[in-house]
Amino acid sequence: MPDSSIVILIGGEAGQGLVTIGQLMSKALVRAGYEVVVSQDYQSRIRGGHNTFAIRTGVDALHGPCEKVDILVALDAETVALHKHQLTPGGIVLTGEIFALTGETEGLNILRVPFKKISPKAAHENVVALGVLAQALCKDLGLLEELLRQTFAKKGEAVIAENLAVLRAAHDWMGTQSHGFACMPPAPENPGERMMLNGNEAIALGALAAGCNFCSFYPMTPGSSVALTLAAKAKAMGTVVEQAEDEIAAANMAVGAVCAGARAIVPTSGGGFALMVEAVSLAGMLETPVVFVVAMRPGPATGLPTRTEQGDLNLVLYAGHGEFPRAVFAPGSVEECFYLTHRAFEMAEKYQSPVFLLTDQYLADSFQNAEPFDLSELPEIPGPLLEPENPGQYKRFAHTEDGVSPRAIPGFSTALVVSDSDEHTEDGKLTEDLDVRVRMVTKRLDKGLGLAEEAIAPGYIGEENADVLLACWGSTLGAALEARERLEESGTRAAVLHFPQVWPLNEDQFLPQLEGAKRAVCVEGNATGQLARLIRQETGFRFKDLVLRYDGLPITAAYILRGLESIL
Amino acid sequence: MVSTTVTPEDYGQFDTAWCPGCGNHALLKCMKQALSGLGLAPHQVLMCTGIGQAAKTPLYMNCNMITGLHGRGLPAATGAKLANPELTVITESGDGCNYGEGGNHFLAALRRNVDMTLVVHDNGIYGLTKGQASPTTAKGQVTKAQPFGQPSEPINPMAVAVAMNAGFVARGFTGEPEHLVDLIQQAVRHKGFSLVDVFQPCVSFNKVNTFAWYKQRCRKIGPEHDPANREQAMKLALEFGESIPIGVLYKSDREPFGATLPTLKAGPLARRAVDTEALQGVLRSYL
Repeated sequence: MPDSSIVILIGGEAGQGLVTIGQLMSKALVRAGYEVVVSQDYQSRIRGGHNTFAIRTGVDALHGPCEKVDILVALDAETVALHKHQLTPGGIVLTGEIFALTGETEGLNILRVPFKKISPKAAHENVVALGVLAQALCKDLGLLEELLRQTFAKKGEAVIAENLAVLRAAHDWMGTQSHGFACMPPAPENPGERMMLNGNEAIALGALAAGCNFCSFYPMTPGSSVALTLAAKAKAMGTVVEQAEDEIAAANMAVGAVCAGARAIVPTSGGGFALMVEAVSLAGMLETPVVFVVAMRPGPATGLPTRTEQGDLNLVLYAGHGEFPRAVFAPGSVEECFYLTHRAFEMAEKYQSPVFLLTDQYLADSFQNAEPFDLSELPEIPGPLLEPENPGQYKRFAHTEDGVSPRAIPGFSTALVVSDSDEHTEDGKLTEDLDVRVRMVTKRLDKGLGLAEEAIAPGYIGEENADVLLACWGSTLGAALEARERLEESGTRAAVLHFPQVWPLNEDQFLPQLEGAKRAVCVEGNATGQLARLIRQETGFRFKDLVLRYDGLPITAAYILRGLESIL
Repeated sequence: MVSTTVTPEDYGQFDTAWCPGCGNHALLKCMKQALSGLGLAPHQVLMCTGIGQAAKTPLYMNCNMITGLHGRGLPAATGAKLANPELTVITESGDGCNYGEGGNHFLAALRRNVDMTLVVHDNGIYGLTKGQASPTTAKGQVTKAQPFGQPSEPINPMAVAVAMNAGFVARGFTGEPEHLVDLIQQAVRHKGFSLVDVFQPCVSFNKVNTFAWYKQRCRKIGPEHDPANREQAMKLALEFGESIPIGVLYKSDREPFGATLPTLKAGPLARRAVDTEALQGVLRSYL
């Protein structure tokens, strides 16, 4: 169906509170029953610069971000200059009275909001923006009022009353303006309870649902908010969250904690993960279930610290010296962030291996609506063995049919649990017996067979033997789905093949689809087509066409369609 | 905790890969005596090591063990102790591992004050990699890797630890085994992070800091020293020459890490199940 969404883009300097406006507005829309997909674009600074919070919203299902703007809320002049070309016909610019707009503004539907008049206190300017926005969308204030009451609950009735008065004044003022912006269609009736959260919050919640009780981390954008969410909920959940002295310590702490009975997550970003690589290998050798979250941003080195990219697939696939099994998940939506994190813990625990979640800045920061997570749907994740039957005979790395040894924990029985990073015997002690070495390599790699058998099949959306098949992984899903809709509208039979798990690959699950398509195009947020190469390496299938993006911005449907124009 | 049923023999006897005359032998023996003397059975102890000849020590005794990565014994130990506060956690490895590769972790461990013990085999040289300078090798000492003499100022781990107000700071010598056993026992009993830096000669690669060299210099700190006196402790820590004090230099009264952390009070993480009600509450906060 054609795009009926509208986009509210709030732009300004860091520190002006645009995220507060954006979050409250998004939450009100979600509660009202609308679909919401947020994309945040910010610079690596605490004050100043140019940041945006874009809310795409509507009645129909939304998958990803887009490039148009219908309502531009400009908290500074630069926002108008930078984004006016994105405005759709009929779009409006809401801005303040105090600053002069630079450059060409002719033809723009600019509404100067008298912030000072509506709200004498500068602290309330964000609330003014909310009231004006609600009126522009023809929405009443009920939900926003409720949200403001919740937001300021701790500050007392007087503060709440002040804010509500400003909200109403702003709403009323906008009611007197003839802006000509079309009202939003009504939301579905009785939408029921709906969640609004971003990708990293969903990862943290997925971890908690999986029984994760330990998180060691070193702050790094855009991975930190997984740890910060866990820290914020630590009082309720009892999670041990420790900020380590560096990423090396964070990863080694997690290995130590898991060996002593914790269920651990280590969130980071590419540069931080690079420091953890040796510990990943340690987890491979000690057969330690640790879940690493790598929230990607453009590299190499410091790169673009606050922007998005899918450039670290290779890093995560090959991280760690030596050979050992692993699984790599790549959620395509906020909802998948939750369920795949749970799955990551399940696979890590079941196969006693390091498991990875690859997300990126776009998804990490993207607030989206989601159905309340269904905990009853989640499989039970088995814990370690606290009391082995014959503790005196216990061997941490005992050979078994599938390579998975019963994993005991020190201190819970008289069993001695010995784990050596050297090649080791079944009882965990260093060995230089080369026959033992060969058996141990085989044992460890055997677990990879189980991981491969349980690999999640890529999602296939669309008819078989499509004219164009868009293959993608991770957060690119939304843009690919939307591009497919646009292609179908223009008469091209299109399909999407999305990999929520990028390792291990099981070619029976996707090769027929790739080979059946007239034209298979791999869409990735990197410069070299890392998934395309991986698929070729594993299956021999060669993508003739790639649509790649590596300018730090998320892939959109429009970007894919432009890329296809030059190919098809 | 004291039990008469645990003996050093419970910790076993194993062939080692160490040179005859290596100080590690004596330290291994002292460790077994210290732990059994504390009534700790092997399954109650988790040794977390890095890499190096010293880091092999737990291989030669019955105990739980994580032999991790070079320099990373302390982070793994920290994770383990936070996961199970009921375990006795000891990190044992060399001067290169703890003061060089793991230097940042050493500083962080002093700051954190997690209730665990670090025993550093300090022989002033890299043994496993055959004789390069370590962070405690004297300035000017010639090695195969430093043919013009070790050019940097060596680290003074005692002074660093006292400066950072560490929980428990001691130095021992393998030539004084009874004294060393007592130091290790005090360290393990101490509630908080405890450091025992142990002089032990490397007979193969350090021809300067020999057994006789240490024997001649080590002087036991007498009862007149009050380990709570930080200034006095610093004076002792800086004394490194013809006479080197061994014993407990410093004890602070800092609370151990986690003493006030609610998340560590609920016992070992392995015994905790997901609190579904709390989780539902957390999920509802996103509605």
